[in-house]
Amino acid sequence: MKSKRRWKSILTLLRRALSFRKGTAKIGIYGPPNAGKTTLTNRIIHTFVDENEDVGTATEVPHETRRAVRRAGVTIDLKAKSLENPNSDLNSESEVKPKRGKAKLKLDVVDTPGLATKIDFHEFMAYGLEEDEAKRRAKEATEGVIEAIKWLDDIDGIVLLMDSTEDPYTQTNIVIIGNMEARGIPIIIAANKVDLVDASPQRIANAFPQHSVIPISALKGENMLDLYEEMARRFR
Amino acid sequence: MEIKMNLISEDKINSMTSTEKLRFVLDGVKSGDIVVLEGGLTSEEQMKLIELTMTEVDDDFSGIEMSGYPSKKGFLNIRKKTRLTVIGPAKMMHTTKKDKDLISAIISAI
Repeated sequence: MKSKRRWKSILTLLRRALSFRKGTAKIGIYGPPNAGKTTLTNRIIHTFVDENEDVGTATEVPHETRRAVRRAGVTIDLKAKSLENPNSDLNSESEVKPKRGKAKLKLDVVDTPGLATKIDFHEFMAYGLEEDEAKRRAKEATEGVIEAIKWLDDIDGIVLLMDSTEDPYTQTNIVIIGNMEARGIPIIIAANKVDLVDASPQRIANAFPQHSVIPISALKGENMLDLYEEMARRFR
Repeated sequence: MEIKMNLISEDKINSMTSTEKLRFVLDGVKSGDIVVLEGGLTSEEQMKLIELTMTEVDDDFSGIEMSGYPSKKGFLNIRKKTRLTVIGPAKMMHTTKKDKDLISAIISAI
């Protein structure tokens, strides 16, 4: 039985290896609640599709995204972008960096609800929600977690977003990474919120030394070029 | 108030199917027990446990706290060897520190 499962896993890996480069890759933006998944997804859409289009609303209330949202047909074309606007760092509000990107990648971006092992409606009440509304949101949030897990079956690669100001060594992060490794799905860790003073992307790199860790600020647009280049390299 | 801990041997865990393991763990945690599994759960089983937990979250049960040592590479670096996993009710258990070989948690009665 175990050997049958192992063969199935090897066949899945081979199938992925052979088919990944042919079509459009479905890339999931995963992470715990409030890591900045919707902000990153919006940043990608603003940069490469339409600067007025949002896939969702980012707020400080956890589990704001409670349904996975797929934005199809995004082309990350760094060469075209750098020709279009040679002095920008792809929408960065930070210092200008020298341009080097020529990578191109077609993908569907999937903004997923935050993964969590617990959802307590009292936490929403702390943000001023009435009890009934908090309970409704908690119920939707549990459904969102299940939906995010189910999406893993259809994902070709993931950007796992972590908050650089938080301890990265959480069981949720470990479980996501373990699952991706077992499925042979490529993974990039984005250490988000590096614009904050207590950010420590190095702590994330130390916790997961076997994976690429790209420090970014999705909110400020810092270091996005590095992330896009890594996405184009790993997900093509 | 007393807190019950169930320390489950690897042999006992290995005699169960994945579904039985998850049901066993969640039933224990929902009754307020802390469940410690020698040999632990695989990351796939942990993901299924999160999924199963989410179907059972309600006003009284807010979910689980789970901590485990990461799995070790096994034979020829192919098969992974899982290690200890500890699971408790989210309202009672709070992990304070965790690294590759250490888990510190505070467990308090509701």
